[in-house]
Amino acid sequence: MNNNAQKFQEDAARICADSTHRQIIGTALDKYAQGRDKKIAEFQNWEQARESAAQIKQEGLDDMEALLRTLTKKLTKRGTHVYRAPTGADACRIVLNILKQNGAKTMVKSKSMTSEEIHLNEALEKEGYRPIESDLGEFIVQLRQEPPYHIVFPAMHLTRYQISDLFRDKLGCEPTENPEELTMIARKNLRREYVQADVGFTGANFAVAETGMISVTENEGNSRLSASLPKIMITLIGIEKVVPRMQDLSLLLPMLATVGAAQSISCYNTLYSGPRQPDECDGPEEYHVILLDNGRSRLAKDSTFREILRCIRCGSCINVCPIYRNVGGHAYNATYPGPIGSVLMPQLFDMQTYKHLSFACSLCGACRDMCPVKINLPHLLLKNREAASTTQPKFFEKLAFKAMSLLFNKPLFWKWGKRMGWIGQKFHPLIEGSVIDPAQCWTATRKAPKLKWKSFKDLWKKHSK
Amino acid sequence: MKITLFAPCFMDAMFPDVAMNAVKIFESLGHQVDAPEELACCGQPAFNTGYWDEARNVASKVVERLCDVEALVLPSGSCTAMIHKFYPELFKGTSLEEKANRLAAHTWEFSDFLVTRLGVTDLGASFPAKVTFHDGCHGLRELGIHDQPRALLSKVRGLTLIEMERVQCCGFGGTFSAKFPSISSSMGESKVAMVMKTGADYVVSNDSSCLMHFQGVADKQRKLIKSIHLIDLLVRHE
Repeated sequence: MNNNAQKFQEDAARICADSTHRQIIGTALDKYAQGRDKKIAEFQNWEQARESAAQIKQEGLDDMEALLRTLTKKLTKRGTHVYRAPTGADACRIVLNILKQNGAKTMVKSKSMTSEEIHLNEALEKEGYRPIESDLGEFIVQLRQEPPYHIVFPAMHLTRYQISDLFRDKLGCEPTENPEELTMIARKNLRREYVQADVGFTGANFAVAETGMISVTENEGNSRLSASLPKIMITLIGIEKVVPRMQDLSLLLPMLATVGAAQSISCYNTLYSGPRQPDECDGPEEYHVILLDNGRSRLAKDSTFREILRCIRCGSCINVCPIYRNVGGHAYNATYPGPIGSVLMPQLFDMQTYKHLSFACSLCGACRDMCPVKINLPHLLLKNREAASTTQPKFFEKLAFKAMSLLFNKPLFWKWGKRMGWIGQKFHPLIEGSVIDPAQCWTATRKAPKLKWKSFKDLWKKHSK
Repeated sequence: MKITLFAPCFMDAMFPDVAMNAVKIFESLGHQVDAPEELACCGQPAFNTGYWDEARNVASKVVERLCDVEALVLPSGSCTAMIHKFYPELFKGTSLEEKANRLAAHTWEFSDFLVTRLGVTDLGASFPAKVTFHDGCHGLRELGIHDQPRALLSKVRGLTLIEMERVQCCGFGGTFSAKFPSISSSMGESKVAMVMKTGADYVVSNDSSCLMHFQGVADKQRKLIKSIHLIDLLVRHE
């Protein structure tokens, strides 16, 4: 077992046993689910909407390179600098260069999971720059020096009391348990940063090729401030986010809001197409758009896995996942947790490092039923498992399955296997659940079911005579 | 009609009465039943763990033996999903592809077969108790079986069905339960709590593996829940 897998087992076991944690997450997710279902009911035909959304995103993928060319052309025409970053390191370098060339020191950021994926903050801090997270949840987890707990709700694991303590310790303010007052504290701190920051940075939800625009969805207005107050604006976007037409957003934006945050539409939806034009009174002086590949174009060519690139990062698969509900967001130790991450992390990054995540799933399929772009997540997890077991099988596991096929294929072996099991289980209570129990992985937490002396095959034989 | 019943490996060894009761139900409806003695498992454990060669090794025997039967019925949503949904994928591009597809087309889960194929909902059972129903995930989401078992329960005399607050996996997941015991048991615990919250006397399911899992969790924690397979309930006359 590699270190990552071992750490996952340990963290998962620890968090599963924490009933307070389970209750916080369960309450939050139940409340979200109620709201989400109400919003889904507002659609005339949700299933048809999912079908259409899947088609739109698939169309974007099928035609990705051509659409990216159109997007780049249109953005460039309005004075935007567009870069294509093959890897995360390349993207970090591009951002660093922009900061260096402009003598910048601080960069105010709105929420971007793609920047988490490439570890942009660490790269910036290493070079002495100061990235400031401006999304409330991200602001909180940045103060705690921990990664986001969830791709949409970064601080959902924290209570208002914990946030109050954090603000008192890190910002030196009076403790308060009032969520509005806590928000105002963050706001007061951040307003100063927007005005002083040299560069503003945003992630993006979609890119519209037809008009050459970057679509950013948010609820706090922090992204708009990041985009309009500093002189320089940078957007980092995964290449798979491109869609063909402006009209596509009329479906994708409400769907994202519905399953992402149980809203009809997010509070602020903004389209950026370039720096301030001569006849405009506001906007940044420079606009830089970084198109991140980082394994995506390779995945787009994989006929089995390409559908994973339809993902719009709404987090709805995470919110219905019973595994996530029990182990929480940090145990995964991955940028993208939950079902989407368990498919994506081994595929986008390294199979051997992340393959255990593909096995950490009961294949219940709740994620697939909720996915707004109809990604068959459980089936892709099965494919990941096959890839993992083919490329680097575990010796004893493979041996066990070979033995099992022998046991199942030879009626005599099967018959006597059951009989021997029946005899063996007479002695099982002596060690059941203890460390020397060979079935300890089951019996430590569950009573073992009992084998019957007369199996169905025996009963059937007698019956059919 | 000639119905072929395939009792999955764990049912053959641990819950033989469930499969025998399925035989009795079909025979009481006037059908002829066959149960292949040389088959033990559908190959799902190996398949779900990524060992597709080993899975094919077991599954090919099932395909060869059953591809031409009139109707194959399994008293488990999970094993039915394996044959109906995943065999075509497992045998794609092999010499057994056509036979696997043929087999998949006439493979049924028990409650689905009774209600959809045979059009039977009332088996004359009576079971005066409050019950709650657990949907096995494979049956529910791979095969779309939800209304069928409820239709059967609705005709059981004296029975009251109380639904749980949420549809959620019991945490079994085959080899997942052994590979990640802490997560799996934690999910099982949530399920036990959900079952107990309904105040039902029994929890019913069309999958023995789910029942085995959360009954095991409940027994270990000395929490009193009684589980019963749908088929066992349908032969009760109390």
